[in-house]
Parts: sequence; structure tokens; C-alpha cells
Amino acid sequence: MATLIIPTPLRKFTNGKAVFEAKASDVRSLLQALSNSHEGIQKHLFDDSGDLRSFIRVYVGDEDIYELEGTDTKIDDRDEVSIIPAIAGGSK
Amino acid sequence: MSNQFLPLDVHASAMNEMRSHGEDAFPNECCGFFYGEENNRLRVVTLAKRIENVKEGDQRRRFEISGKDYLNAERFAAKEGLTLLGIYHSHPVHPAIPSEHDLAVAMPWFSYIIVSVEPEGVDHIRSWQLTPERKFEEETIK
Repeated sequence: MATLIIPTPLRKFTNGKAVFEAKASDVRSLLQALSNSHEGIQKHLFDDSGDLRSFIRVYVGDEDIYELEGTDTKIDDRDEVSIIPAIAGGSK
Repeated sequence: MSNQFLPLDVHASAMNEMRSHGEDAFPNECCGFFYGEENNRLRVVTLAKRIENVKEGDQRRRFEISGKDYLNAERFAAKEGLTLLGIYHSHPVHPAIPSEHDLAVAMPWFSYIIVSVEPEGVDHIRSWQLTPERKFEEETIK
């Protein structure tokens, strides 16, 4: 089972759990498995077109999936995948 | 003032760290994470940690935290038995009110502390949290 680390602000959708595990062969299917089993989390991960939201990043281990193959990045049972909210802003 | 969110109890050491970071980074924006725990009455902030502002270009009006630093912040919280409660950043010569840029990428649940800094030092500090309607509402800092 691949391991998915849930960021603190989204744990309210996972009953406080930091870790989600599922059988998945790529990043998209792992995120989809999370969305299917936890109501309310999908809209924070995907937009209406089914694309990953621009302010959500995903890392496999220490690598950003956009430096790999995006949500098509293959994973196996040893991989630890992390959802990372983009943190940015400014005064004007 | 908010009543749908728990008040923040920010320990003096954490508050001082956020204030001094805002002043040290002036006229640029600073940023960092804060940690602690939440009980049924309060969000208790016990630790603030400075993070590098990696925004390219003019940092007087913008900040950005790298994905790697975020990942490390979550790992640090798990290792130390703390909860990552939110993000602080400064608004140099600007009120501590969230901007459209702050709102655009804000996450639910996190507290967003903003430090307003003037040339002579910190002017005021306010904290905000996102509502389910994706609007910022102010949190009380005790």
C-alpha cells in the first residue's frame, strides 16, 4: 500500500488522521482513492475539470511531481506521497 | 471579532520571534510557521520558526515558502509531537489585513498571523482564518 501524508489543514476531512494508505499505481489514483473515501476533501485537491488545483503540490519522497510526470507519476508500495499546500501571499 | 474560531494564546517567546523577524526582514516581507496544540478552548502557540522567503523579485510586497520547507515543517511537527497551527508573514508599511493574494491560496483550518511593520518597528499584529465560504475572518489573540 502506498502511503499518503495529509497536510494538517486537510486533516479535518480525515478525522484527524495524518496518514492514508491505499493500493495505487500512480499519484492520481492515490489522490482519487483519498477523495472517494473522505467526503469534502476533493474540492480542495481538484478543480471542476479534474486537474490538480494550482495551489496544491504533491511530492513523492522529496521530489515535486511536476519535476517527474505530474499526477501520472508511477508509485509503488514503498513510496511516501505528500500533499503540500502552496504557501504564498503578500500585502498588495 | 470572530466567534466561530478558537482564540489564539500565543506564548511570549513565539510572539517575540514573529515580531523580531518582521523587523529584521523590513522593508521586505518575512514568513514562517508556528506550532503548538489545540484544545477545546484555545489554540496555544508555543513555537514560531523563521522560514526563508523564496519569492523571486520584489519581496517588499510578496512572500512564498518552498514546498520543501513546508514538507520539513510537517515532519518537524510530527517528530516533536506538535501541531502545525499556521503561517505568519509581515506586511511592511501596510495594515495586518489579508490581501487578495493571501486569500487566493489560503487553506482552511490554518491560522494566518500578519505582522504590520513600520520603519520604527512592529505596529500591530492580527490573526485570520478562512471560513467555509472562503472569506477571512479575524481570530482573537489573547
